[in-house]
Amino acid sequence: MNPGTAVTRQPLLKRVNTLLRYSPGHRWYVPYLFLLPGLTLYILWMLYPLVYELYISFFDWNIMPGQVSEFVGLENYREIFADSNFWFALRNTALYALVTVIGQIVLGLAVALLVHRVIFARRVFRAIYYLPVVTSWVVVAFLFLYMFNAQAGGLINYLLVSVFHVLPEPVAWLGNPDTAWVAIDALGIWKGVGWSMVLFLAALQGIPVELYEAAAIDGADEKQQFLHITLPLIRATLLFVTVMLVIGGFNVFISVYLMTGGGPLHRTEVVLSYMYNRAFGRLRFGYGASLSYVLAAIIVTINFVQMRLFRRPTIEY
Amino acid sequence: MISANRRAYRNVNIAIFVILCVGALLAMAPMLYMVGTAFKPDAYLPEFPPQFIPEQPTLANFETALTSRNFVQAFLNSVIVAVSTSALVTTLASMMAYAFARFEFRGKRFLFYTMLVMMMIPSMMFIIPQFIVASRLQLTNKLWGLILVYVAGGMAFNCFLLRGFFEALPRELEESALMDGANHLTIFTRIVLPLSTPALSTVAVFSFLGAWDEYTWALTTLTDENVRTLPIAIANFRGVHATDWGLVFAASLTAVIPTVLLFIFFQRYFVQGLTAGAIRG
Repeated sequence: MNPGTAVTRQPLLKRVNTLLRYSPGHRWYVPYLFLLPGLTLYILWMLYPLVYELYISFFDWNIMPGQVSEFVGLENYREIFADSNFWFALRNTALYALVTVIGQIVLGLAVALLVHRVIFARRVFRAIYYLPVVTSWVVVAFLFLYMFNAQAGGLINYLLVSVFHVLPEPVAWLGNPDTAWVAIDALGIWKGVGWSMVLFLAALQGIPVELYEAAAIDGADEKQQFLHITLPLIRATLLFVTVMLVIGGFNVFISVYLMTGGGPLHRTEVVLSYMYNRAFGRLRFGYGASLSYVLAAIIVTINFVQMRLFRRPTIEY
Repeated sequence: MISANRRAYRNVNIAIFVILCVGALLAMAPMLYMVGTAFKPDAYLPEFPPQFIPEQPTLANFETALTSRNFVQAFLNSVIVAVSTSALVTTLASMMAYAFARFEFRGKRFLFYTMLVMMMIPSMMFIIPQFIVASRLQLTNKLWGLILVYVAGGMAFNCFLLRGFFEALPRELEESALMDGANHLTIFTRIVLPLSTPALSTVAVFSFLGAWDEYTWALTTLTDENVRTLPIAIANFRGVHATDWGLVFAASLTAVIPTVLLFIFFQRYFVQGLTAGAIRG
């Protein structure tokens, strides 16, 4: 066969095929049959709610059957911008995301570097650090609630007051907004470190050892090797982990809902707990829907900005 | 000279090992504290000083939890919900992934990018419209209402994960089967799925855990006692005024043990699933 004709002919054939939406060996509807059951559920429970929620957000929605919902246009959104509780909740959410994302990345990377270099029991260490990740949020929220108990016998108070003498007297951690955040942030970091560790570890294992050997021969010390080999080569993972952790940070709900309930006086409210309380506590579904939309818009924007900032040509080696 | 180098190398390794052991202890400490507390009688307040190993260990908390009818019912409900979710997600997501990996069709790019952007949005954003849809379809207070929403919620991520795996499979087998007149359903069930057991296991295990631990949607749609799942049942052991934490943690431990076993047996698939997601991202 003449290779020249094959090269020129194939793209043309392909183009005709895509034009007619015809691929050899199957009828046009075959892919749709494979999509049908999963896509039906996805449309009903994800895509339709996405659109429907926008619609709801323009109403003073009434959940009771037979009751009429009043169209209020952009009134809900206008209310959000004037709602100081919302802004405070957004500030809390952003701070939680900032603290826990940094904490999880720094600790996760540190543990990954150590686990990568340890000679034995690597899988055991990986499993132990990962264990909190697979434990349910409800369980660990209660666990931290108990550990941060206000009594002198609460584990954290006992350690800080009686063992290390860092604090003069027991602290009512969950009773005060500032100290409540310490407990909620600590839980977020403790539960998440294992996840970023596993991803960083996989990335580290993908770096060829020869690179470090060559650098060592050229006289590069550990710090230089880390800055000029390790960091650039785990960049893609770093981006992925950051994006996912930021999404996770803005998703914080169960820990806050179970540990403080947003109190005292809305001071530990995050956007999702505020949305949930407005919608299912006060039955203000329209307002809750517009809160959801505002948060979703914020998160998607942050993600696109992050991806833009991090995007650079991938490194070949 | 060489022996000095080797000694330094060995010291560094010992130091790393020691640091990791201390870190592992810190990571495990809360869990161990929970296990200890689950065996303490009347743990309404933490004792002073805290005990990781109770002075008078008792099984009373486990007895109370396991003899309460609601808790056993909740355990069974969670098994039903998690197993059904896992089976449905694995089946439906792999079918969708096959369509994405092996066909060109109208709307493919649009659907692909829509699902990608949707994955960025926290699932709880949809809870209000989902609740209204569930009420209209009379799916509140039913286990099916949980299962369908969990399946739909896991569809995008698992579809992408499996699509990446399917695309990496060699096509020669499928092409020769096509030549022999096999249809796509046969190819999918007889060639693609059997070759993909690691990826399918990953999806099955992650979906099971997700459904087993889910709290918010269950809290929102379930009010009847007989349809409660484990996270709701555990949260209900917390008292309004005083909480018997031993009981809460005994119930928690009962719920956590299956997930830990699953994790230990399938550790390989966890790592695969996580890193597959990272490469796609």
